[in-house]
Amino acid sequence: MSTLYERLGGEAAVNAAVDVFYRHVLSDDRINYWFDNVDMERQAAKQKAFMTMAFGGPHAYTGQDMRHAHKHLVDKGLNDSHFDAVAENLAKALGELGVAQESIDEVIALVETTRADVLNR
Amino acid sequence: MTYNGVAYAATPGESVLDLLERHGHAVPCACRSGVCQSCLMRAREGNPPAASQSGIKDTLRVQGFFLACRCEPEDDLRVELPADGAGRFAAEIVAITPLSEKVVELRATCPESFEYRAGQFATLVNEGGVARSYSIAGVPGLDDDLVFQIALIPCGAMSGWLSDSAAPGVPLHVQGPNGNCFYAASDAAQPMVLAGTGTGLAPLYGIARDALLQGHSGAIHLFHGSVQESGLYLQEALRLLEATCANFHYHPCVLGGDASEGVHVGPLDAHLLQTLGSLKGYRAYLCGAPDFVKLMQRKVFLGGVSLQEVFADSFLPAVTSR
Repeated sequence: MSTLYERLGGEAAVNAAVDVFYRHVLSDDRINYWFDNVDMERQAAKQKAFMTMAFGGPHAYTGQDMRHAHKHLVDKGLNDSHFDAVAENLAKALGELGVAQESIDEVIALVETTRADVLNR
Repeated sequence: MTYNGVAYAATPGESVLDLLERHGHAVPCACRSGVCQSCLMRAREGNPPAASQSGIKDTLRVQGFFLACRCEPEDDLRVELPADGAGRFAAEIVAITPLSEKVVELRATCPESFEYRAGQFATLVNEGGVARSYSIAGVPGLDDDLVFQIALIPCGAMSGWLSDSAAPGVPLHVQGPNGNCFYAASDAAQPMVLAGTGTGLAPLYGIARDALLQGHSGAIHLFHGSVQESGLYLQEALRLLEATCANFHYHPCVLGGDASEGVHVGPLDAHLLQTLGSLKGYRAYLCGAPDFVKLMQRKVFLGGVSLQEVFADSFLPAVTSR
């Protein structure tokens, strides 16, 4: 039984998905202002880490990391609507890349498990 | 594996990161999964395994950089952290030539053991101990000298010295080179877009000529922006390059004022996107003022350039401590 990460195509698929997904995020006025001051080069590595996790791939990010990384954003008003918009962009990107709906659902379910930590609840 | 002159033996399955930590060395790291790249190190001897170079930019890969957490050494490696004490070389000024009202070309002798790639930067240290970093505009194989294009800053410590006191024959020191904004030939047919403002042209001029020298066959579009046309130096040389190389295209661009034929008036980012259309498949090199670089990183990415294909060099102003 192959893992979701393997079925999606592993690292190569992650790289392809990051580009499409992050382009959607930066074009989405509901959330792109959160990324106004980020360093694109560092952001590329972060987005790759996020996508690897979303694909169920090898990562070492803990709930504590997620909390810590988003704490200052939650203090500035990061909420469910932003989380939903990110998830929506992710599903849209994967759809465009031809990922089966069943797998997209699995990815979104994985992302959903991080909601409480990301929003520091 | 050798680190700081001491040899260590890895146990089977042990990474360079684990090995160094086991011996009490601190290596910056975070995710330990080969993703965050915090544990970037460089092999000065030996080849790091492919798995440890996965996800690393081509320009770093060819210099032997690898991720310590993913590196289970297969052969003997001599490794170091990227922030190494770079060597210092003695050089001598060959010529200082004005390129425009505000930019001079500095040529210095290239020390024998100073190996660089066009587009990297080096630190110059003058007789008075003033140190400033500048991009290298020259190309190994084309220029015997080390060539810099230096903006003359009012009251600038180094540029003031260059315009007032420096002359051919005056000694200086060179440190470096550093930076990974340079041509790495992974695909000779890949289209490239180079965009810079002010002396951001210096590394781009080097990268473009280096690419042409290495036989790059894909289109090379160089956009140079300035507030006014007086800031567009090297126009003649770039037009000549355009006339002699079919795949090289020069796009001068000014924000306002009178402009001669062939010089676009208007913001560079809009001009670039309108001229090239979709940037899918392109590699981008962006150099100059930090705000410009940051804006362009986002614009070219949204225009279609993959995150992995964006190379940037922001020119930060010198900060004088009190």
